Amino acid sequence: MTDAVDSSSNPSLCRVPEVGYAPIGSAAERRLAELWESAPGWRGWLSTVDHKTIGLRYLVTAFIFLLMGGVEALIMRLQLARPEQTLLTPEQYSQLFTMHGVTMIFLYSLPVLSGFSNYLWPLMLGSRDMAFPRLNALSYWIFLFAGIFLYVSFPLGEAPNAGWFNYVPFAGLEYNTGPNIDVYALGMVLLGISTTVGAINFIVTLFRLRAPGMSIDKVPILVWGTLTASFANVFAIPAVSLAFFLLWLDRQTGTHFFDVVNGGKPLLWQHLFWMFGHPWVYAVVLPAMSIVSDALPTFCRRPLVGYSAVALSTMTTILLGFGVWMHHMFATGLPMFALSFFGATSTVISIPSAVAVFAWLATIWLGRPVFNTPFLFFAGFVLLFVIGGFSGVMTAAVPLDFQLNETYFIVAHLHYVLIGINVFPVIGGIYYWFPKFFGRMMNEALGKWSFWVMFIGFNLGFFPMHLAGLLGMPRRIYTYAPHMGWATVNMVTSVGSFIFAVGILIFLVNVFISLKRGALATENPWDAPTLEWATPSPPPAYNFAVIPFVASRHPLWEDRLNDGPSRSSLDQGYLLMEGRETIGTTPFKATPNIILKMPEDSYAPFFLGLFSALIFAGLLLHWRDFTLLMALACSLSLIGWMWPSQSLVQRLPVSKHDTGAAHG
Amino acid sequence: MNDSEAGIHHCAALNYTFVICVLTVMPASAAVSENKAAPLNYFLHSYGPASTPTMVLGWVFTSLLVSIFIIIALILAGAVFRKRHSEDPRAIGRENEGMPWIYIGTGVSTCILLALCIYALITLNTIARPTHVPALTLTVTGYDWWWKVEYETEDPTRYFITANEIHIPVGVPILVKLKSADVIHAFWVPMLAGKTQMIPGVTNQQWIEADTEGVYLGQCTQYCGVQHAHMSLEVIAQNADDFQKWQDTQRRPAAITSAIDVNAGQMLFLDRCSGCHAIRGTEAVGAHAPDLPHLNSRHLIAAGLLTNTPDHLMQWITHVQSLKPGARMPSMELSATELSALSAFLSTLN
Repeated sequence: MTDAVDSSSNPSLCRVPEVGYAPIGSAAERRLAELWESAPGWRGWLSTVDHKTIGLRYLVTAFIFLLMGGVEALIMRLQLARPEQTLLTPEQYSQLFTMHGVTMIFLYSLPVLSGFSNYLWPLMLGSRDMAFPRLNALSYWIFLFAGIFLYVSFPLGEAPNAGWFNYVPFAGLEYNTGPNIDVYALGMVLLGISTTVGAINFIVTLFRLRAPGMSIDKVPILVWGTLTASFANVFAIPAVSLAFFLLWLDRQTGTHFFDVVNGGKPLLWQHLFWMFGHPWVYAVVLPAMSIVSDALPTFCRRPLVGYSAVALSTMTTILLGFGVWMHHMFATGLPMFALSFFGATSTVISIPSAVAVFAWLATIWLGRPVFNTPFLFFAGFVLLFVIGGFSGVMTAAVPLDFQLNETYFIVAHLHYVLIGINVFPVIGGIYYWFPKFFGRMMNEALGKWSFWVMFIGFNLGFFPMHLAGLLGMPRRIYTYAPHMGWATVNMVTSVGSFIFAVGILIFLVNVFISLKRGALATENPWDAPTLEWATPSPPPAYNFAVIPFVASRHPLWEDRLNDGPSRSSLDQGYLLMEGRETIGTTPFKATPNIILKMPEDSYAPFFLGLFSALIFAGLLLHWRDFTLLMALACSLSLIGWMWPSQSLVQRLPVSKHDTGAAHG
Repeated sequence: MNDSEAGIHHCAALNYTFVICVLTVMPASAAVSENKAAPLNYFLHSYGPASTPTMVLGWVFTSLLVSIFIIIALILAGAVFRKRHSEDPRAIGRENEGMPWIYIGTGVSTCILLALCIYALITLNTIARPTHVPALTLTVTGYDWWWKVEYETEDPTRYFITANEIHIPVGVPILVKLKSADVIHAFWVPMLAGKTQMIPGVTNQQWIEADTEGVYLGQCTQYCGVQHAHMSLEVIAQNADDFQKWQDTQRRPAAITSAIDVNAGQMLFLDRCSGCHAIRGTEAVGAHAPDLPHLNSRHLIAAGLLTNTPDHLMQWITHVQSLKPGARMPSMELSATELSALSAFLSTLN
């Protein structure tokens, strides 16, 4: 109690943290390692809350989902390679294209970016962890279990089968009697929990856990990208969770939200889904674009051109992104005013993208490019981004969309967006940060091969889809007649998609070879400017032995940039070693104002995640008692999670480290 | 369909745009040779005032955007490969330069985008409604996986129903009301107009008009279940006389002769088929499947899957589930005599 009184009487710091040095091998550094490292073995594996471990888990899990979605796509490409193939039954094809969409959009594209941000944010921001480490662990576990949940019915032939946007009434009980759609509905509500808590964690981390001096105009663009994506998720996820919950109620308890016979409205589903869906599209590309904005400058040997413009354009995109959802619904019989308004906003949203494109072009033009593998991925990405953006402008033209809507042109567009703007930066990003993740460099020769094979395969595979769409080929058809004129484009697409898959395979081989035999990486092998490169490769559990003081956007380039006399202090900073601690700073200026006590490792997030997934399994299988039991288990896990812990109490210093702390 | 004639007519007006489109949009040159054959190719072919402005818009957008893409690709290539003075490899460029790139690039992009947006809205306004009052109103209802077509008139005796094949008079706007009997479908006859969803509980509408006589293929474009792929229709644009003749035929009840095997076939039909299918002039009044009084006047059966020949028809009746797996109609198990009787009966439905 006295602690609480003390801290309230002095709202800033209840003790002044010691400033000092803690070089590798020093007593202070060893103490930090002891404090922050997880227990060895399975205990640590299940209980760790280290953002780096969680980030890598996100990356690996999302990548496994990418491969699964990719295999589904390849099977579909075999079916479509020639007219009137009978490799798949229509129902199998429906489940494949639905699971392909669900996997790529929900289980790969955002989680992979969460992986990067989880790993990199605290390192870029000069912090020792995310704001809520246990919430972070929970977010991962729920994502994993939701992914497994969505896949359990696949081997039984009962996977979701109504397309990833799952329009009612086709997804309603009358036309879809199996468990397929219930799996999808419950899985999405579960996954929504993961995304929401993850997003909240990012938002709080940005505003409170930056290193002293890192004012809001000095954070890397990746932070802006993930921040805006997280805001979008916080506002957009409720719409889709609600939609799926209402659908589940319709199917299981006989409510009539979407039931036409009883006055339900199928269009309500489309509105709720796309109010979520379109901001989500930006949430899965903006952080990836930000990866390029941060990493491309390293290979151009100069800072990004137009930092503020790019940061602002990121936020503008998300704001506008909430006002374009009806462009998915132009063909639903909307009134002219709605058509015109949403057509116009959908065109205008390209303007902030233009800002980013010209910023990248200028950065390359004014810089001195170094042709490493990551650079190839980022430069290639710029081209794909422009193609995906332009096909987007075409679909924003309402009359043209009346033709393009639901044809392969849309399929081409969304793959240029999701592969071009998400997968290419992600793979480039992995080449770039791999030395930081694992302490070894990836192989350059294989890297260049993987880029060229992927780039050629991708364009060969997906560009002809535009043509298939212009030739009138609708989406989601499991076969087509030879006289429709789609045979050649489909064959080319199928060949291209397999070449693209080979490119991904080369990348994976490179990952495995480099993990074992890659050249050892130094702290900063690319001579990059941002804070994560000031830590050893791979970084120790505590990230920074001392919390650095940051004076500019490019702490590691300051001496060569000559933009002022102030210098960041990386070796000398807050020691903070009374238990797991990091510094909390003010939201905008990043003035330190609190010592944050960080939680210990805990099994609670794992069990809370597991039991929540089991609640959903119980709901799916209509096991009422089991569901109630699991709800009880969730409550117990939460009690364990929240159990008061001595180490989280901010104590007045008793240690001799904190000399001069007894003020206030 | 006099495909080539009309195609050339439209192309001539915008030949240059066309050439750019073909050169740039078609890296797979083989695809070009297939254009003529592709019956849904709305990008190069349009035959009515509800779709032609959109086609032109498509050419303008494509050629402009492809040109801009080439410019950006050249800038990128220049940026990557331009010669640079050799400097200290550790040197870092200055932060506060290059802003004119963003100002100029974004400024130019904004102007182009706004112009395109205005052009799109003007086109939208052009195609939103026909210039004169529609001459005919049809109601098309989407079913899993076929189309019911109702020809409405003020006089209820002149009302009739058909399926999967829409006849329209050439040169006049037709109002099409769109409904659904089950899930969401979308009505799309791309060479005549863009698509509109058919949503249960809602009546949407759009208009179509054909400039020239011909057969225009339509296709459902909203995923509606396992046989979404096999849900097409044909719009047949005819001159006023032919259309009138067709309408007169369709209005008549079925004229059934009374040969022995025809009678046997009719009994069989009433027994096995009339729960779903209707034939005006008989006791078959089912309303779940295509109306059949003039079955043989149709060009295609099974919503576009097969051409309508006696062989195909019998094959269809006995093998529905292997030809169109999941279709609502079962494969009928019929003996050889039953089959020939049914065939004889169906052959009278002219």
